[in-house]
Amino acid sequence: MHEYIAIAVLIGLATLIALIAIVLGELFGPKKKSAVKSMPYESGMDPYGEGTRRMPVHFYLIAVLFILFDIEVVFFLPWAVVFRKLGLFGLIEMIIFIAILLVGYVYAWKKGALEWE
Amino acid sequence: MMSFSDFTTILPLVVLTAWACVLLLVDLLIPRNRKGITALFSALGLALTLGLTIAQLGRQGSGFNDMVVLDGFSVFVNALLLVSGLLGVALAYGYVKRMGLERGEYYTLLLFSVAGMMLMAQAADLIVVFLALELLSIPLYILAAFARPKVESEEAGLKYFLLGAFSAGFVVYGIALVYGATGTTALSGIVAAIPSSSTLMLTIGAALILVGLGFKIAAVPFHMWTPDVYQGAPSAVTAFMAAGAKVAGFSALLRIFATAFPSLGSSMSDVLWALAALTMIVGNLIAISQSDIKRLLAYSSIAHAGYILMAFVPFGNPDVRAVSVAAGLFYLVSYAITNFGAWGVVIALEKAEGRGLALDDYAGLGRKYPALAAAMTIFMLSLIGLPPTLGLVGKFYLFRAVIAGGYVGLAVIGVLTSLISAYYYLRVVVIMYMREGEPTTTSEPYLNMTTAFAALVTVIVSLVPAPLFAWASSAVLKLF
Repeated sequence: MHEYIAIAVLIGLATLIALIAIVLGELFGPKKKSAVKSMPYESGMDPYGEGTRRMPVHFYLIAVLFILFDIEVVFFLPWAVVFRKLGLFGLIEMIIFIAILLVGYVYAWKKGALEWE
Repeated sequence: MMSFSDFTTILPLVVLTAWACVLLLVDLLIPRNRKGITALFSALGLALTLGLTIAQLGRQGSGFNDMVVLDGFSVFVNALLLVSGLLGVALAYGYVKRMGLERGEYYTLLLFSVAGMMLMAQAADLIVVFLALELLSIPLYILAAFARPKVESEEAGLKYFLLGAFSAGFVVYGIALVYGATGTTALSGIVAAIPSSSTLMLTIGAALILVGLGFKIAAVPFHMWTPDVYQGAPSAVTAFMAAGAKVAGFSALLRIFATAFPSLGSSMSDVLWALAALTMIVGNLIAISQSDIKRLLAYSSIAHAGYILMAFVPFGNPDVRAVSVAAGLFYLVSYAITNFGAWGVVIALEKAEGRGLALDDYAGLGRKYPALAAAMTIFMLSLIGLPPTLGLVGKFYLFRAVIAGGYVGLAVIGVLTSLISAYYYLRVVVIMYMREGEPTTTSEPYLNMTTAFAALVTVIVSLVPAPLFAWASSAVLKLF
């Protein structure tokens, strides 16, 4: 158990320092409440409309496609590092993996997921 | 290091997955109004895989560092899953055309789902179980919402997705705790590590896995999603979901509990006992008040999950567990076949806009369509467990195994709830034969073939059940 004590000390210290910063600000900072001060973006643009708005579903498709290729890269990097050790078998495995991804890509392409109008 | 012999242990699975991937691309070239071709190709793929699976009969092996296993159990379950897939395609062929749902993705998704179920049957590692669970579930979520923009179907898809994701969380947490207790996720490794591990952590982990898979097999109290999803999803999808997902979920439960947690038998048996009893009682009691055939079959599906759960209760008792798991497998076959037949009749009567699904729409069926009514009668009798049907034989083996395990009380509950279920199943029969009405049905060749096949198997196998039970018994031999 004792190897976790360091983590506990770290969590305690982090909480303490954060608390000190907040409490000091609360105690000594000037407080002038006005309508402008309590806006979400005090020095930015005025908020308008609802907080929840309808999004074009295209953003969702793009996000899905992003995950597709993001995961591809996540798998590619460690494979490239140990490429020599894995040898031919690793190469074949990777080709199978890319082929499966490619099926998804061609499908998305032909279905028009990449078109933005 | 992996070798190509690893691939031969999961050859049918590899072929099916590759077939599904290629079909996804081929489907892009098939014109919109001729998606029947995709259906035929998918059926061809399933048939080919079924042939390869049967060819694996009697072979033993494991692959990918003991992540997957090939044994009699996996061949038995895979064959059942592939037959379910074929029946699912046959039911869908005319139905999706008639309901305006014909899109090629239907069949590809079905193939992917079957692939996930087969992986579930072959999984020998908890991580693979989880992978298979996701692979079989995600296509089913999409299929449940396939009738979009119909609100009921979208609701079914979303509900199934949210509860499925929730239950997957339970499974992962359970796996994590089991790993924490034993230091491994391999089923064989867990058994070896149990003597030196924390029993409390292991029990909680096993219980969480049970909860997660309990959602998939629709056991009470994890059944709330079932009626809404089964009702909202297109009927052909529901038929496949009810059979396939249940078979896969139970096969995973059987394998995990029988091979990895036999030592938890004493503490888990009471929990399983309560789950099985509760599922049988609640499912059958709520089914009584249903007036919609899809909801009625949904509650019937819950109730049958309870009967199959009975097969688990004695899993820690080495004298009877083999025979009880075999009885569970047999009951799964009997339920899957009967289920497809009953849904076939439902699909024959269903019209666009969800009409033709009330029990009253079955009035007069006996006079106007005697063959269809006779088939429905057979399926209802089988679901009750009356002769001359597969349901009776299945229940007989099940109750015998449970009594041999020393759980007479559970068997009594099983018999009593079967009696209760006779009320609502026979009500369908009574409405068909004793009430006047003008039902209209749709006659489609593949649909009729499926219903006739299910009716024939239900009757004929019940007359000579010994070979099937012998196969189920030999399938579980190597499990322990």
